[in-house]
Amino acid sequence: MSIFVDENTKVVYQGLTGSQGRYYGRLNAEYGTQVVAGTNPKKAGTDVDGVPIFASIVDAVEATGANASCIFIPAPGVRDAVIEAAEGGIEFIVCITEGVPAQDEAWFFNKLQRDFPSVQLLGPNCPGIISPGKCNIGITAGHIAKAAVPGEKNVGIVSRSGTLTYQALYELQQQDIGVTTCVGIGGDPVPGTTFIDCLRAFEADPETHAVMMIGEIGGSAEEEAAEFITNEMSKPVAAYIAGQTAPAGKKMGHAGAIVSGGKGTAAAKMEALQAAGVRVGANPTEAGELMVEIIQGL
Amino acid sequence: MDLFEYQGKQFFSNFDIPVSAGDVVTTVDGAIAVAERIGRWPVVVKAQVQVGGRGKAGGIKLANDLDEVRQYASDIIGMDIKGHTVERVWIEEASDIAEEYYASFTLDRSRKQHLGMLSAQGGVEIEAVAETDPDAIAKIWIDPVEGLDEATARAWVQAAKLNPEATDGAVDILLKLYRAYVEGDADLVEINPLILKPTGEVHALDAKVTLDNNAAFRHEWADYEATQERDEREQAAHEKGLQYVGLDGSVGIIANGAGLAMSTLDVVNQAGGKPANFLDIGGGANADVMAGALEVINNDPAVRSIFINIFGGITRGEEVANGIVEALNRVQINSPIVIRLDGTNADEGRAILQPHLSDALQMQPTMLDAARTAVALAGNG
Repeated sequence: MSIFVDENTKVVYQGLTGSQGRYYGRLNAEYGTQVVAGTNPKKAGTDVDGVPIFASIVDAVEATGANASCIFIPAPGVRDAVIEAAEGGIEFIVCITEGVPAQDEAWFFNKLQRDFPSVQLLGPNCPGIISPGKCNIGITAGHIAKAAVPGEKNVGIVSRSGTLTYQALYELQQQDIGVTTCVGIGGDPVPGTTFIDCLRAFEADPETHAVMMIGEIGGSAEEEAAEFITNEMSKPVAAYIAGQTAPAGKKMGHAGAIVSGGKGTAAAKMEALQAAGVRVGANPTEAGELMVEIIQGL
Repeated sequence: MDLFEYQGKQFFSNFDIPVSAGDVVTTVDGAIAVAERIGRWPVVVKAQVQVGGRGKAGGIKLANDLDEVRQYASDIIGMDIKGHTVERVWIEEASDIAEEYYASFTLDRSRKQHLGMLSAQGGVEIEAVAETDPDAIAKIWIDPVEGLDEATARAWVQAAKLNPEATDGAVDILLKLYRAYVEGDADLVEINPLILKPTGEVHALDAKVTLDNNAAFRHEWADYEATQERDEREQAAHEKGLQYVGLDGSVGIIANGAGLAMSTLDVVNQAGGKPANFLDIGGGANADVMAGALEVINNDPAVRSIFINIFGGITRGEEVANGIVEALNRVQINSPIVIRLDGTNADEGRAILQPHLSDALQMQPTMLDAARTAVALAGNG
């Protein structure tokens, strides 16, 4: 099984008429994702590569039954786009857009929790989610992921980094290990979906047998995940934390990747995860090898 | 983006937070002119650097007359404080201080709410207070949807045990400071010390502000942007729109994706080398971006070898390889390059690079092999 999305997920793209939205919307559709609609108030009634454009999410949901959305619109419009999706009845919102102000993220995260508790937001600033062979929402290259095979030992992936996620998918594919779902939670300070949300879902998914976790410096999400793993997870976890040698006080590409006031170091995260029984690799390759060992030992 | 104190005070003024009248100058004559304009004594001459401990380093002086202003301004301008050269001083009227407090707002990433911290122990580093007397810091968590109301602020001030005389003034400033934090799109606003004057007024004596660069599109931050402290390499990279952080090693790094770039630093260190920089060129890795990245790294005199670490996702290996070849045609490179190309169509990409390989342009199959080679070429492996 997969988590959050599957072959029945119907996706509306907010920003399908833009260049990025159009490009990745088409790739997602070619992968087999049900790309059912796009929204743009100025282009309602037209289509993009045969996908109908509606004026609003409400219209798109009514006409197509879309239950997920994927946001590609520029950062200034993201706050309104997230709320429009939630109000329009979307259950799973994937926000690819990078550069969203932290004040906006903090606001809509809490707004969703309060007024739309059943809505799951993924991102912003994330590569999206792929359940290989079933659904790919976002910018992940689908062909580097091997689909989970029923009856075999499959892995779930959760990651704060895009490229390292692709690398993890690719290495597992090279080892002929299937992936149930790969979730890129993104590198921003207030991610809509956390490590814990994904770990909980993977723990509950009978087809996922182990989890690969890719964290990075900044914040305490990995430490919180370690506590969750100690208390509530039975499945084995392998991890890698990027930025072991990053200098303090500098944002390393991602808005959330910063060591400040001695907090958020890779060393502290690795220690917490190891204490929780997680196999932690010194680099992505080693983490991949540890995952292979885990799978072979199951 | 970190602001200087004088910019932080301007920022606070925009939200009606009381700060001392003053001005920022770059010369001794300018300092004297500001002191004359203030016309009341004493005045404070404060070094403008983005680092703590200015007072201890001799960067903050109380001047009682124009001669002292001249003396202190000439001492402080050009002074080195923990590696930061003082280019500007802020001159303001000295304040009478009855008590010193601390106030700040920042985002608690763990709770995903705003965190307000208030303490009756101000004027010292809050980390030190947190360590020695954590109960002296009154914390509140604010739901960004609800915001901060007056009743909550009042209860908070009482919990922090400020002098009752300061209550009204502190409540007023905290509400304004919260507005400055949210509407001003700050990652951090901090007043340390927040002072109570003998006359009963509450006043921001210092200003520490970090703005969220992602929100620049809805503010006029050009003046703040213009004074950002960057080294030459960082400035050049910034002008090319590259995600670059200067480091002090000898292996230049180019990678696609922030996570991969961070992990490239990790493996270079693990191989016994020292990275010269962090540089994320994003997913595309086309010739223009690659050429720009190579130029920035090439101009860093400390660089002895260059490690290009690319993992192809949507962008295919042959596109990446063509981009690298074209970039190399445009930029004359001083240091040997090691490439690791993996992911989508990596074989096709490697085939394109093959005829161009030499001692100056090597290719390695894995990230670890490439790191070892680059470190060896840099001469410290």
